[in-house]
Amino acid sequence: MRIHEYQAKELFRKYNIDIPYGGIAFDPDEARSIARRIGRFPVVIKAQIHAGGRGKGGGIKLAESTDEVYSLTHGLIGTKIITRQTGPGGKLVRKVLIEEKLAIDKEIYLSIIADRKTSKILIMASEAGGIDIEDAAVEMPEKIIRVYIDPNIGLQPFHCRKIAFDLKLTSSVWKQFVLILQNLYRLFTDYDCSLVEINPLVVTAKQSITALDAKIEIDDNALFRHRGIIEYRDIEEEDPLEVEASRFNLHYIKMDGNVGNMVNGAGLAMATMDIIKLAGAKPANFLDVGGGTTIEMVEKGFRLILSDKDVKLVFINIFGGILRCDVLAKGIVRAVDKTDLNIPVVIRMDGTNIEEGRRILYGSGFKPIYAADLKDAAQKISELAGARKGLKK
Amino acid sequence: MSIFVDKNTRLLVQGITGKEGQFHARQCVAYGTNVVAGTTPGKGGEKIDDIPVFNTVAEAVDKTRANCSMIFVPPQYATDAIVEAADNGIEIIVTITEGIPILDMMKVKNYMGNVRSRLVGPNCPGIISPGLCKVGIMPGFIHKPGGPIGVISRSGTLTYEVVNQLTLQGIGQTTCIGIGGDPIIGTNFIDCLDAFERDPDTKGVLMVGEIGGSAEEEAARFISENMKKKVVGFIAGLTAPPGRRMGHAGAIVSGGKGTAQEKIAVMKENGVYICEDLCTLGEFCAEIFKQ
Repeated sequence: MRIHEYQAKELFRKYNIDIPYGGIAFDPDEARSIARRIGRFPVVIKAQIHAGGRGKGGGIKLAESTDEVYSLTHGLIGTKIITRQTGPGGKLVRKVLIEEKLAIDKEIYLSIIADRKTSKILIMASEAGGIDIEDAAVEMPEKIIRVYIDPNIGLQPFHCRKIAFDLKLTSSVWKQFVLILQNLYRLFTDYDCSLVEINPLVVTAKQSITALDAKIEIDDNALFRHRGIIEYRDIEEEDPLEVEASRFNLHYIKMDGNVGNMVNGAGLAMATMDIIKLAGAKPANFLDVGGGTTIEMVEKGFRLILSDKDVKLVFINIFGGILRCDVLAKGIVRAVDKTDLNIPVVIRMDGTNIEEGRRILYGSGFKPIYAADLKDAAQKISELAGARKGLKK
Repeated sequence: MSIFVDKNTRLLVQGITGKEGQFHARQCVAYGTNVVAGTTPGKGGEKIDDIPVFNTVAEAVDKTRANCSMIFVPPQYATDAIVEAADNGIEIIVTITEGIPILDMMKVKNYMGNVRSRLVGPNCPGIISPGLCKVGIMPGFIHKPGGPIGVISRSGTLTYEVVNQLTLQGIGQTTCIGIGGDPIIGTNFIDCLDAFERDPDTKGVLMVGEIGGSAEEEAARFISENMKKKVVGFIAGLTAPPGRRMGHAGAIVSGGKGTAQEKIAVMKENGVYICEDLCTLGEFCAEIFKQ
C-alpha cells in the first residue's frame, strides 16, 4: 500500500524524525493560511499524488508571497500532473503540502527496503542527495553505500556509524544521524514497510537533520496487523475498477488494450495477456480470479470486465485445479443472465470437472466461441481482433 | 527416481482440520501419498478419516515418524508452523499458505539457514512426483509418471497448463515442483536445478519463470556453469506494466528490473532453450528433448 508524503511525514514525526514546518491544504484558502502561519518566504508547495518525479513534472513550486501561494495552489489542485511514474494520463492533484523552505548545507539519499535477493533488510545511502537511485545504481554504483541487516538481529549501532562516517558527516551531526536511522528502522519494522525512502534527507545550515521528502510503502500482506494504517489508503489515487475488484478479493489491473480476459492463477493470467499480444491484439486488463474462488467471484469478475467500455472481445482462460470448471461455468452463466452481452466471448476451459463445466455452459442460453486448446484460442482471438477494426495494433 | 518427495515420504499436514487442509489431505491420500498425521492445536486425539490428529508437531513426529509436512495454516500463524516443523526435524516443509508478510518470511528464511530442513514455498502449489507421491494442491490426473522431465515453476495454474501440454505430447515427469510466487521463498530455481541434474532419471528440465526479482537470471548462470542436462525456459509477463504487482506478491517490475525481456535475454545467453509462445510449449519441449 502506498501512502502520501504528508502521511509518511506524520509517521516520521511520531518517530522523532524532523520534518519541515507546514501542513496539508485541500484548497487555495487553506494553503494561504498555512503559509501565513509559516510566516517566512519562500514556501514550498508540493502536489500530493502517488507517484515520484513530481519536481520535473511541475508538481513542486516555490511561492514568494501569500498571494502567490494562493494562485499556485489554485493552479495545481484540479489539474493533472504527468511524471515518469504516472503514465501518459497523469495524476489528478487533490491536495498540496505547504512547507517552510530551509537553508541547506548537505543533501543525503537514504532508504530502507526489504531486499528479496538476499532476504535481508537493505539500507542504502548516498552523499548525492536528490538523485534518482535507480539511475545512480547503474551509473555510479560506487557512490551508493549499502548495508545489509539480518532481520533476526536487527539494526546495530555500528551499522549506523558506518553509514554516518561513509557519508562524511561532521562531528556535529553524525550522532543525530545515528538516532534518526535507528528511529527510521524502527518505523520500517513496526509498520511492515517494504520501502521507506527519504530523498533528500538534509543537514540544514543550522546543523540539524531534517527529512525534506518522505516515501513509504507498506506490505499489503501485513495490513491485517496494522488496522490503523488502513485509514491512510487513498482510494481516489486508484483506478475505480481496481477498487471495485479489491472489494471482492479479485486481482484486477486495468491495461490500455481492448481484449478483456479472465483467468485463474496469476502466472497463467500473465501468460494469457502475453498470448493476446502474440495474437496481434492488446489486453484490456489483468484479472486473476484465484484458485479457491466462488461462483459469486467468477460472476463479479466477468461483470467487471464487461463494465469496461474499452473491452471489445473477452477471452476466458481457465485451467481447473482447485477452481472446478463447473463453478466457473455457473459464475459465467449468472453474469451473462444479468448483463446485456453484445461482444464476442472466447472460452477455453480445461482441468478439474471439465465435463460438468461444459454441460452447464452448453445447457445455458449463452453462446460463446469455444476453443479446444490455447493454440485454437489464440487463433480465434487473432481472427476476431482482425475482423473488428482497431483491435489489432 | 524423483526429487524431494517419493514412496518414502511420510506426510504430516499442519492445519489438517481446516477446510483446505482437510480437502487436500484427502486428495493426497487418494493420489497414493502416505499421509501419516495431521496437527491442529487443541484437536489432538481426533481423526480425519484414518489420519490421526495431534496437538504438536513434536508428538506427530514421535508417534508417526513423519518426515515431510504440508502447511495450510493462515498467514499470521505460518512463521510459527514452519519453525515448529523445522525444529522437530521435518526434512521437507511445503508451505501452501499465501499472503505471509515479507518481514516474517525474511526472518524465517534467515532462520532456515541454521537448520537442516528444506522449505518449499510459501504461496506455492507444492511438489508431485507423478505416480509416487503428491504433496500439494495440484490436480494429480494431468501428470504422467515415469519421467524423464523435471518441472520447476513459480506459478500454480500455469504449471498445470505446461504439465498438461507435456503429458499430451507423451512426455512424462519425474517431479514437478512449484517454488512459489512470493518475493522470499525457501527453495529456489537453483536448488531444484541442482537436484534434477543429480537425479539419474531426469533427462531434462522445464523451468517456468515470471517477472520480478532476478532468480531466473541467477538460475541461467548456474545452468551454463553446472548443468549438462538441457533446460527449456518460459517466462510469463512480457506485457506486464512496470510497477504493478501481477497477482503474485513477487511478480513486479520495479525500477526497470525484473522484466521478462531481460530474463529471456540472459537465459538465452546462458544456453537455456526459450519458448516465447505458451500455446506451443509442449511441442517445443518435444522437439528439444527428443534430440
